[in-house]
Amino acid sequence: MTDPLALDPILAPGDRARLPFNEDIPHDERFGHFEEHVLAGGKVEATDWMPDEYRQGILRFVEMHANSELMGVLPEREWIMRAPTLRRKLALTAKVQDEVGHAQLLYRVAEDLGKPREAMFQDLLAGKTKFHNVFHYPTESWADIGVIAWLVDAAAIVAQQALRDSSYAPYARTMRKICWEESVHIMHGRDVVVTMVTGTAGQRAALQEALDRWWGPLMQMHGPRSERERDRDIHWRIKAKTSEELRQEFLSIYVPRIRELGLTLPDPELRLDEATGRWLYTEPDWQELRTVVTNHGPKSEERLAFRRLNHAKTQWVRDAILSGPATTAA
Amino acid sequence: MRHGGSVMAPDAVLAVHYAREMYGRRQESVRLWVVRRADVHDLSDQDLLQPPLDRSFKKPGGYVMRDKLAAAREQSGQSKSSGGRRRGAPPPTSEGRTK
Repeated sequence: MTDPLALDPILAPGDRARLPFNEDIPHDERFGHFEEHVLAGGKVEATDWMPDEYRQGILRFVEMHANSELMGVLPEREWIMRAPTLRRKLALTAKVQDEVGHAQLLYRVAEDLGKPREAMFQDLLAGKTKFHNVFHYPTESWADIGVIAWLVDAAAIVAQQALRDSSYAPYARTMRKICWEESVHIMHGRDVVVTMVTGTAGQRAALQEALDRWWGPLMQMHGPRSERERDRDIHWRIKAKTSEELRQEFLSIYVPRIRELGLTLPDPELRLDEATGRWLYTEPDWQELRTVVTNHGPKSEERLAFRRLNHAKTQWVRDAILSGPATTAA
Repeated sequence: MRHGGSVMAPDAVLAVHYAREMYGRRQESVRLWVVRRADVHDLSDQDLLQPPLDRSFKKPGGYVMRDKLAAAREQSGQSKSSGGRRRGAPPPTSEGRTK
């Protein structure tokens, strides 16, 4: 098993200075060297010179990821006090804590790119920046927790595994740590699902009902198809796989695992085309996706309002910690 | 002491004899306790008996699903509406792997 903290060494500042784009040369030359470096598989560190397009691209990407980790705990948090056993309650609590930790790691990466953390929180709370569609939906029963921890996390990990080789090295290193921790979350989710499926008829029915509700958002989660050649995030090697490639990977691994439990999926068109090796499916509702990620989902406003309230109520902690050393009375 | 099974008898003396016949005939027991069923009080709550003080729920080792998965696959194979379930093909990657 990979040591979760084994991270690649980063070059010392002296070595980074020898990269041509870090020299004080005209912008277009720097841009050319930088692009050559990245396209050849070179990595970028926080202290390197970056073209604005690259910096904005990676910042936007990481910020949305950080927002998603932070908002993603809210649906699961709703069931901590309603978990069926102590073991499940502790496991769910640990998962929620892990996810907030992931948000912290990702905000850390993003703030080094030039946007202060407080500004990222303000934009999230004001609804200006986005978070993943799946976290805008309600949870109806404990079965939802199994489905979320297993399949939503699985869809996320398919994307995150592909990011472990991102050109932006701080992000790539963070993804390796996050992927290791997420793998335990997925086991927890699958354990909940398999336990319910081998339980009572009521448990099986609750699980099937939850899966029927979550399948649409899951299919939308990786986003609409984009052309590889026109995708700037792929050009800069920020990410390596297209939405469709991720969706296909998710389906290949997880549809068989769902079906072997005797669960069905609510898409009558969903099947593997043996000839091409590709999964066919009913086109996801992209209008629903657009509506939801622009904060018009069923739970968007309620969860953002909770975050605003939480932010306001904890202001005194930030004030106390960030105000600097207390001066004693003279 | 392990649970061996049950006997049905009109009184305690016969119950002991029956138990010896069922669970001691081939010298498989060195001792037998025979208890009226109503006098057996069951405690099986895992939260009380096996509280996860070792934080196993945070580790891959805390989720050994082999038997449960086998039971689920078996059960869905016997159900009439298995809807395209495939058996036998192993999944291409393991979600527990770290590389």
